[in-house]
Amino acid sequence: MSLSEEEVRKIAHLGGLAIRDENIPRYAQSLSSILDLVNQMEAVDTVEIQPMAHPLDAIQRLRPDEVRETDQRAEFQPLAPQVENGLYLVPKVIE
Amino acid sequence: MHKASVAELSAALKARKFSSEELVRAHLARIHAQDSELNSFVTVTETEALAAASHADKLIAAGEASPLTGIPLAHKDIFCTRGVRTSCGSKMLDNFVPPYNATVVDKIADAGMVVLGKTNMDEFAMGSSNENSYYGPVRNPWDTKRVPGGSSGGSAAAVAARMTPLATCTDTGGSIRQPASLCGITGIKPTYGRVSRYGMVAFASSLDQGGIMGRSAEDAAWLLGVMAGFDPKDSTSVDRPVDDYVGGLNQSIEGLTIGLPREHFGEGLDPEVGAVVEAAIREYEKLGATIKDIDLPNSPLSVPAYYVVAPAECSSNLSRFDGVRYGYRAQHPKDLQDLYTRSRGEAFGEEVQRRIMVGTYALSTGYYDAYYLKAQKIRRLISDDFRQAFSEVDVIMGPTSPTTAFPLGERTDDPITMYLSDIYTIGVNLAGLTGISIPAGFAGGLPVGLQIIGNYFEEARILSVAHRYQQVTDWHTKAPADAGSQT
Repeated sequence: MSLSEEEVRKIAHLGGLAIRDENIPRYAQSLSSILDLVNQMEAVDTVEIQPMAHPLDAIQRLRPDEVRETDQRAEFQPLAPQVENGLYLVPKVIE
Repeated sequence: MHKASVAELSAALKARKFSSEELVRAHLARIHAQDSELNSFVTVTETEALAAASHADKLIAAGEASPLTGIPLAHKDIFCTRGVRTSCGSKMLDNFVPPYNATVVDKIADAGMVVLGKTNMDEFAMGSSNENSYYGPVRNPWDTKRVPGGSSGGSAAAVAARMTPLATCTDTGGSIRQPASLCGITGIKPTYGRVSRYGMVAFASSLDQGGIMGRSAEDAAWLLGVMAGFDPKDSTSVDRPVDDYVGGLNQSIEGLTIGLPREHFGEGLDPEVGAVVEAAIREYEKLGATIKDIDLPNSPLSVPAYYVVAPAECSSNLSRFDGVRYGYRAQHPKDLQDLYTRSRGEAFGEEVQRRIMVGTYALSTGYYDAYYLKAQKIRRLISDDFRQAFSEVDVIMGPTSPTTAFPLGERTDDPITMYLSDIYTIGVNLAGLTGISIPAGFAGGLPVGLQIIGNYFEEARILSVAHRYQQVTDWHTKAPADAGSQT
């Protein structure tokens, strides 16, 4: 299986990654070889097999719906690249 | 001091033969002497360590110490430590100082242990050689031109070079056992859900599990007793009592049945590694165990299935890194989309980007059934193979990795060859079982690991099986020459 450079660009876009043009051929090659590896799975018939999502087949544990978290904005804000008046700053979205 | 077992250190601290501060200073001195060459620590927390040691000494003097009070250890830099940078080996988190502790970090602090620092690792735990770290590769203390394995390569090298008696680590596809094998130490991956993942940076959530590296199964048993247990803050944590791992170490192995999977001794296994592992199994036979050949017929599919499941989950987990709330942000973004994609494009390394792309592809419209669902079905088959095997045998043994430590740079351009380094360990993660790697000898002067796989929550059993071997052999006591003194 061989991914085209166009396909790699599309996957990178879906994955939210800006990739340099000069790296695209390299990614096309390594991603193709990984998909070849992965495609070995096709050798097995799995029509009757139940997919396994969790090693212990556990179900989602639920807790009582009560407030536990307190406001920690003052602790979190210093971690952000850019904040102002308690808000996280990003480039303007709506003109 | 750096050669004593955890139990010996604990006894010496209680008897006031030396203080925790002296013990910690001795290990810090070994770090300072060796780590400029080995690069196993990303951060050494000397000031905090000495303060914690002094506090531990007061607890010991007051008779309020637990068995591990005052004993040093290192945390893999994937566990969040309040006030101490937690990088996960990535440029993305190079500036990230967590506002909270991982549950494991809290439990270890509550036991009075002293944290020496944070260990180097493959970026976001993705790698088998520790060459994918933003902070540079870790070197194997047995031969500094070779890799220590990965992703917990820093923890493995630090324990092997006797810079710390114990280290935390994580294992998604072999990231504890493979580096333990390549560095000649003991490393246990507990059953999925046994150790809390709260505050452990997520890679592949249905596979990730925290564990321990140390110099012996006995030392690991001490720490596992502290780390294991139910945590309401981790939705995948299992609510089940914790066994007495230290108390269970001396269980007899008379009558134990050991399964040898034919698939783990076939093509691809270095013959010298195979010979060392077979000698270790003969030792078990001498000790009274019964050996039985078994089949894990779907195990050749474990690597293909893993490279769908793990990347798919990683692509989802790593979507949180967007350059807005914490972590790296690209300079001068022209719009919000540019901010997201350039922050991620500039801060994630090549292997991380590759896995995000594989996962994104596998989960994209039209491909989900062919890749993700198919992999989940193969996962069931692999798990069923183990279930069948454990109806006939008590533990499963084989090599941890097909080769010894390989040279730095040898596999960096060939992801597939790199991935195959975990061919014997990945199935354990897919099934969610527990496994341990212990030193079993040397091939070409480099350590070889024996993997012992246990059924769900049978950590006590595999620790005791490993301990029995370590009572009659001395491979686990072999240490490399100090780094810096090698020529």
